[in-house]
Amino acid sequence: MNWISNYVRPRINSLFSRREMPENLWSKCEGCGTMLFHRELTDNLHVCSNCSHHMPISPRKRFHALFDGGVFAEVPVPAPNADPLHFRDQKKYPDRMRAAQKATGEKEAMLVAEGEIGRTPIVAAAQDFSFMGGSMGMYVGNAIIAAAQRAVKLKRPLILFSAAGGARMQEGILSLMQMPRTTVAVEMLREADLPYIVVLTHPTTGGVTASYAMLGDVHIAEPGALICFAGPRVIEQTIREKLPEGFQRAEYLLDHGMLDRVTDRRALRDELISITRMLLGEPPAVSGDLPKPEAPAAEAPKADAKERKPKPQPDKSAEP
Amino acid sequence: MQNYLEFEKPLAEIEGKAEELRAMARTSEETDVSKEAEALDRKAADMLRDLYKDLSPWRKCQVARHPDRPHCKDYIDALFTEYTPLAGDRNFADDHAVMGGLARLGDRPVMVIGHEKGHDTKTRIERNFGMARPEGYRKAIRLMDLAQRFKLPVVTLVDTPGAYPGKGAEERGQSEAIARSTQKCLQLGVPLVTVIIGEGGSGGAVAFATANRVAMLEHSVYSVISPEGCASILWKDADKMREAAEALRLTAQDLAKLGVADRVIPEPLGGAQRDRHATVAAVGKALAEMIVELEKKTPEQLVDDRRKKFLDLGSKGLAA
Ligand SMILES: [Zn+2]
Repeated sequence: MNWISNYVRPRINSLFSRREMPENLWSKCEGCGTMLFHRELTDNLHVCSNCSHHMPISPRKRFHALFDGGVFAEVPVPAPNADPLHFRDQKKYPDRMRAAQKATGEKEAMLVAEGEIGRTPIVAAAQDFSFMGGSMGMYVGNAIIAAAQRAVKLKRPLILFSAAGGARMQEGILSLMQMPRTTVAVEMLREADLPYIVVLTHPTTGGVTASYAMLGDVHIAEPGALICFAGPRVIEQTIREKLPEGFQRAEYLLDHGMLDRVTDRRALRDELISITRMLLGEPPAVSGDLPKPEAPAAEAPKADAKERKPKPQPDKSAEP
Repeated sequence: MQNYLEFEKPLAEIEGKAEELRAMARTSEETDVSKEAEALDRKAADMLRDLYKDLSPWRKCQVARHPDRPHCKDYIDALFTEYTPLAGDRNFADDHAVMGGLARLGDRPVMVIGHEKGHDTKTRIERNFGMARPEGYRKAIRLMDLAQRFKLPVVTLVDTPGAYPGKGAEERGQSEAIARSTQKCLQLGVPLVTVIIGEGGSGGAVAFATANRVAMLEHSVYSVISPEGCASILWKDADKMREAAEALRLTAQDLAKLGVADRVIPEPLGGAQRDRHATVAAVGKALAEMIVELEKKTPEQLVDDRRKKFLDLGSKGLAA
């Protein structure tokens, strides 16, 4: 993009010795190598401002950007039986869990929340790739079922952000059973005529794609996301051929009929609002800030024609 | 720059001359040619009226195929807001000959689906000249299912020379895809309205046009086979397309008499290509009227209405 980001930033960076480099201030884009200032990255939803490479974003950060005013309430997920197989590889499963919890500050690989987007009440679930590769075990299964049940109870659409390497091996066959379990969750939404929108993020692979991630009413993927059942490495080893550039990426899947859309993360919120409101038969979203509580009814936007509880106000000033 | 059809050649000459005169008047002050130019304009207007007063069926075919006619994308861009294209058949590919997605007509969310022919060499190839493959029909079926689930009216815009006659298309079940699409049209418990905006080419058109209400633009055509194809089969002479066009009764006016078209939307003098805005607006008005009328019906009534319409077809001859 510009010489400052490509040239000056790494130079500035080199002024610091390795140990002194404040790790929390800069990070390097995997796409183009540009050094990006952390705050800038956060403001840009972890999308490189130079090459638009989409970096991982935690479910909590994603929800903060997604929900109106960053306000959402977590939906509780029933705790599953921990370590049902007493699984142990090089480490004990409970030890791996604790390490992941410590590294991410999260309980498990999926976060479920309810709130409003563009004043449209929804339930959302997001998978956390940084938590043991986002792997689908009993907790993730429970989370998706809880999300679907909550959506059905509140009569709201469910928006699910998928990201996973696949099933959680440490839970053996019980992780595999999350494929039918989560499919039941999708059926609950279908029977209740509620929209189920899947946003496939990098990477969404294995049993996750073969179940709830491919059963949406609408499939949207983030640019460049790897989406597949068998991963490229497995295929290359099996067929002993090099796979073409872009194989199993979001754009490739769009061409092959598997996705409705590929959408930049920065445009995703508006698009989700638009799609959910149209599927629900709601009038267009009112853009801009919420009216003051004492605003006369005549000036209230159309979205208020339906009965709706007052919204929690964002903590920043409601006036532009 | 106006694109003239073969039969418009004399008109092209006069309009060209008038344009030349005006250009001359702009450069030199001495010669006053405005009177002459006006006379030519009047002559051109008379000729246009005469040419279009009683267009032969073959000429109508040419107008229906005119490259400057508004195409599906033009209608979608102009008439709908929040258009959110949805892609893919979730099986093999996304067919660019068929476009469709969620959109709002006024504030009313609808599903819009149509054939798109493209407007220049590049887009025509991309769109396969509006000839859909099985994936196009399967995408349409998927979108109609989505509309059904969320009770959205379906708008289809038909403009296709016919379904694509290719090897791959056959292998992947072109006929099955068309049959299923027609069947889906008949099953919808939501209003389904169609406008034939250009060419209604055979089964490829029926797959989208098995609707509660079918409107045709004044110079659009809808036929079991192209006049050229018919001529080469029945006359054993492809040059007999004028005779074939005559015999096939493919004009909007004849189809209205036969009950295949429920209404004819008038086009501006000289065809849709001479005033694209007026044409698009007229189609928008017709669409809104048809949807408003049908919205009063229950899902069962909509299915019955559609069945009855097609069961009764043929009982009415041209003389009626
Ligand atoms: Zn970058």
